[in-house]
Amino acid sequence: MKCFTRLFAIIGKEALQLRRDRLTFGMIFGIPMLQIILFGFAINTDVRHLRAAVADQSTTQLSRQLIADMQATQVIDVVTQANTGEELKNLLDRGDVHVGVLIPADFERRIQQKDRAAVQLLVDGSDPIVLATARGLTGMQFLQHTDDSYNQAPRLFEVRNYYNPERRSSVFVVPGLIGVILTMTMVLFTAVAIVRERERGNLELLINTPIKTAELMIGKIIPYVLIGLIQVSLILFLGVKLFHVPVVGSLVDVYLAALLFIFANLTLGLVISTLAKNQFQAMQMTFFFFLPSILLSGFMFPFDGMPRIAQHIAEILPLTHFVRLIRGILLRGAELVSLLPEVYALCIFMVLTIMLAIFRFNKRLD
Amino acid sequence: MKNEPAIQAHGLTRRFGELVAVDHVNLVIPKNTIYGFLGPNGSGKSTTIRMLCGLLTPTEGDAEVLGYRVPEQAEILKQRIGYMTQKFSLYEDLSVRENLEFMSRIYCIPRAIRKQRVEEALAIYDLENHVRQFAGTLSGGQKQRLALAAATLHKPDLLLLDEPTSAVDPRSRRNFWDNLFALVDQGATILVSTHYMDEAERCHRIAILDHGQVAAEGTPTELMKTMDSNVIEVESQQPMQVRAALENYTDINSVTQLGALLRVLVNKSVADPIDHIKDRLEQNKLVVNINTTHPSLEDVFVTATNKPTHPETGVNP
Repeated sequence: MKCFTRLFAIIGKEALQLRRDRLTFGMIFGIPMLQIILFGFAINTDVRHLRAAVADQSTTQLSRQLIADMQATQVIDVVTQANTGEELKNLLDRGDVHVGVLIPADFERRIQQKDRAAVQLLVDGSDPIVLATARGLTGMQFLQHTDDSYNQAPRLFEVRNYYNPERRSSVFVVPGLIGVILTMTMVLFTAVAIVRERERGNLELLINTPIKTAELMIGKIIPYVLIGLIQVSLILFLGVKLFHVPVVGSLVDVYLAALLFIFANLTLGLVISTLAKNQFQAMQMTFFFFLPSILLSGFMFPFDGMPRIAQHIAEILPLTHFVRLIRGILLRGAELVSLLPEVYALCIFMVLTIMLAIFRFNKRLD
Repeated sequence: MKNEPAIQAHGLTRRFGELVAVDHVNLVIPKNTIYGFLGPNGSGKSTTIRMLCGLLTPTEGDAEVLGYRVPEQAEILKQRIGYMTQKFSLYEDLSVRENLEFMSRIYCIPRAIRKQRVEEALAIYDLENHVRQFAGTLSGGQKQRLALAAATLHKPDLLLLDEPTSAVDPRSRRNFWDNLFALVDQGATILVSTHYMDEAERCHRIAILDHGQVAAEGTPTELMKTMDSNVIEVESQQPMQVRAALENYTDINSVTQLGALLRVLVNKSVADPIDHIKDRLEQNKLVVNINTTHPSLEDVFVTATNKPTHPETGVNP
């Protein structure tokens, strides 16, 4: 690259066009804000206040205390009363409630017997998250202040929750969200960047000048690196301010990891732009890549729970490695050097894709 | 070196699957001239130009441009050629000045003279009042001047212009050609493709392309002189009937109506074309006025492109 003028010419031109492209410019800020609000507030796996119905056939002081205790856990809100188990089931069937509590007439006697359950929980298990939450109720301790003769059974496990003591899902979601948003925007920006020049006819002129492929490729991605870093800052800021996401590790490590990930996505975008014939195809290919990224990377579902084949596919995706990196750094305070395998994986991905992009792009029309 | 032609091509061929877009074209384009490719759409003009600047790889044949073999040495060549595409291909969302500054950097014009070159180009191509206007909002003629300004910023030795005037009005076309002659005066060689006769007539030399082949080549005057048809003007009150009477003879190359006049191209093998036509028309009881006249470039074009084509190349893309 004897003449850096050409590289800077591309960077400068790209920045100028970007500034004038209102839609793209809006996406830089719009996508992170929308996503963080969506994922942070709406997509919440720590379910509380499930609508519940109670059929208290015992109507004793003890049963009323149980109901009060259950409400106090905030897991359920008793919204209606029923008389029989049949009525509870009808309420569940209609979707009026997600949980039914059946307290039998012999509740007080049953509670003394260790081999029989005292209360029946009817749960709408169609949503596994609701089911899991309702099951959590069974672990509830019921202290009978009036009857000292009843002793609690010793607990087998005691769970100590590290890193996210309040079990707020936003803490877990937001770091991964940095990766998801970058995947979405970075790949798309560069995927469209070269295709658009081809569509508008600019490319035929450009490839007839002495510009080198590498200059064109690198010049195209540099402005977006900056945009990626702005997005990272925006998501981090919103995450900390709105959802009190802890930043346990070093910010330098966060940005280094993000930088690497940004490059990996931009180079992937370049590959797409050398494959796509028009902007629509570029969008389709980006989406084709985006969906497995979001589903398999461990952002949405735990990596360990996925079938082996899905795990292998996930290892190819840069988002998988970035999610591990960023959760490690932000939530566990891990240092980048202790996560080297993920760093290497991203580096390899980046080098391979840029090579593929340069190889695929030639300065000919045939 | 000095007398070497700017472009030499030998047996240049390009196939796109079944279609032969350019079929064994031989070219010798002398330096410091305007050389025209005249041909209908799909005759292979663009494909030939694209092969000459290294954008397309020839299927067969070889070409040397400014002493560089293409496409092998195309990258070195690119610093020395200017190229104008059929469609406006500068950035519509950049201003006139931004486009020129961008191109001046892409060609690595030394920083010291970059600004001066841009200013010069703005003055020469009459763009000074539009420097801050977005290229997308320029008129057809202004866009074309901007494209020529951008293609000549680095003072190329060879300009390849692919139908540069297809989207501009007649006055802009005149100005454009004045600019081209000024560039040739400064030592440039220009290869321009067109489907306008008047433009072709202004070239130093032209090649008439048809179905990917060179149907005729030479200076416009030469071509008119050596054309293998005689041009007969037939004046009649019933031009349609005359036309019908003359069509479908193999020795009549074409009949073109110009108002009440008919321009008839008769093959040179016919010894006395006026009598020949008179006889035919009298058989049909048509009264006419007949004269011979000078051939035009359009007559040359019609004669050259009316030749029977090779069966395998007789496809129009």
